[in-house]
Amino acid sequence: MKNLFAAVILASLGLSAAAQDDLLNILKEDEKQETNYTTATFKSTRIMNGHSIERMPGGQLDFRISHRFGRLNSGAYEFFGLDQSNIHFSLEYGFNKWFMAGIGRGSYEKTFDAFGKFSILRQSTGAVSMPVSVSAVTSVALKTVKFPDPSRTNYFSSRLSYTAQILVGRKFSQAISFQLTPSYVHRNLVATALDPNDIYSLGAGGRIKLTKRISFNGEYYYMINPKSDFSQKIYDPLALGFDIETGGHVFQLIFTNSLGMIEKAFIGETTGSWRKGDVHFGFNISRVFTVKKNIPDNRNQ
Amino acid sequence: MTRYLIFSILLSCTITSNAQKYMTRNGYIGFYSHTPLEDIKADNNQVAAALDLATNEIVFQVNIRSFHFERSLMEEHFNENYMESEKFPKATFKGKVTDPVKIDPTKKGSIDVTVSGDMTIKDVTKPVTAKGTMEITDDGITASSKFNITPEDYNITIPGVVREKIAKSFEVTVSIKFTTQLKNSK
Repeated sequence: MKNLFAAVILASLGLSAAAQDDLLNILKEDEKQETNYTTATFKSTRIMNGHSIERMPGGQLDFRISHRFGRLNSGAYEFFGLDQSNIHFSLEYGFNKWFMAGIGRGSYEKTFDAFGKFSILRQSTGAVSMPVSVSAVTSVALKTVKFPDPSRTNYFSSRLSYTAQILVGRKFSQAISFQLTPSYVHRNLVATALDPNDIYSLGAGGRIKLTKRISFNGEYYYMINPKSDFSQKIYDPLALGFDIETGGHVFQLIFTNSLGMIEKAFIGETTGSWRKGDVHFGFNISRVFTVKKNIPDNRNQ
Repeated sequence: MTRYLIFSILLSCTITSNAQKYMTRNGYIGFYSHTPLEDIKADNNQVAAALDLATNEIVFQVNIRSFHFERSLMEEHFNENYMESEKFPKATFKGKVTDPVKIDPTKKGSIDVTVSGDMTIKDVTKPVTAKGTMEITDDGITASSKFNITPEDYNITIPGVVREKIAKSFEVTVSIKFTTQLKNSK
């Protein structure tokens, strides 16, 4: 009888010890599965020159300043290109959780530009599982540099070019993300009758995170139009560089063979060759300001 | 002797019964960091918690991704750089109300309580003791507390560049309203 008594006591002790885990298990039991959206596929809205699938969240304003210096192979007299500088700055705002838009000005051909970016699909796991994120970018560029031949009839529309891109990206792991970017550029006016008005290209870009705050990025656009169609010697744009994130800033250090910082300029107007050393050093600085604060859902305090 | 045996069986029955178990999935936990340079505040209204008044045990399960910030960039950095929420999606607390030893859920009103237990964040488990209150009303029990935690204790490293903007110690506010009383499943 005494043994039985001891056994019951022991059993009840065992039960109480397991009770905390039981309580946790109750919480886990009918837990509804949530959709976990993948965040930070890229640190910035640009991989290097071109757009990434990332979008400014609603209410956030991104002020970007970008520079591309002259060619590294221009020698010591030009301080390896640093004596020349091309600048592009832009203000880009996230309107809601699927749309952002930006306006910018670049010194290259004195160009104004505007774009809109739409998030179509977001990579996710859990209740809704989606393997990739998909965004669409459409942009227009207005070149204001004086027409080379003022004697002929020049139309305003001749200054315009348009870009449309579909961005398909996936964050494979915390460290590795990859994106494919089929792109279409239309130029209203081109240099000669030989040059194509429509340029089709396929971009590919990715990043490898080296530390939590530094990543190595690469971006390449393959032009589908034969290069012989162009009156100028044209190359595919290739950019390599680093993202460095410090709190509200993202610094992107870039080595690229293109001078332009908008799609219309680096796709189809890249005249530098990596092989010959026509490489421009440059950087993008992104500073994010919170214009409208997120209102957390039904805060109970 | 038989009487003792029956008594102890009864005792073990009360331990396993669900009669005094409460739970919720909409508890609130928030934290606040103050420095002269920047204030950081985050709210989570989807905290799952359970309370067993028979054993005085209390548990929380917190989804890290459900913390929301006023600045979405902060939220991204919180998940990506500091909490690594992809790798450590949940934080838990397993503890006991150590004072008072017995809480009578039929007695309405507010009582001071002390809770101690183990907090697990990013797979690091540390003992935590906090004072708080439990308010018993007709529609449930609200457990509230404020205490401080140090991010460094839980393997959360803060780099030099932002060190001045993030406080050494965060104030954590807990407010959990237990409304669902679990039915006796025995």
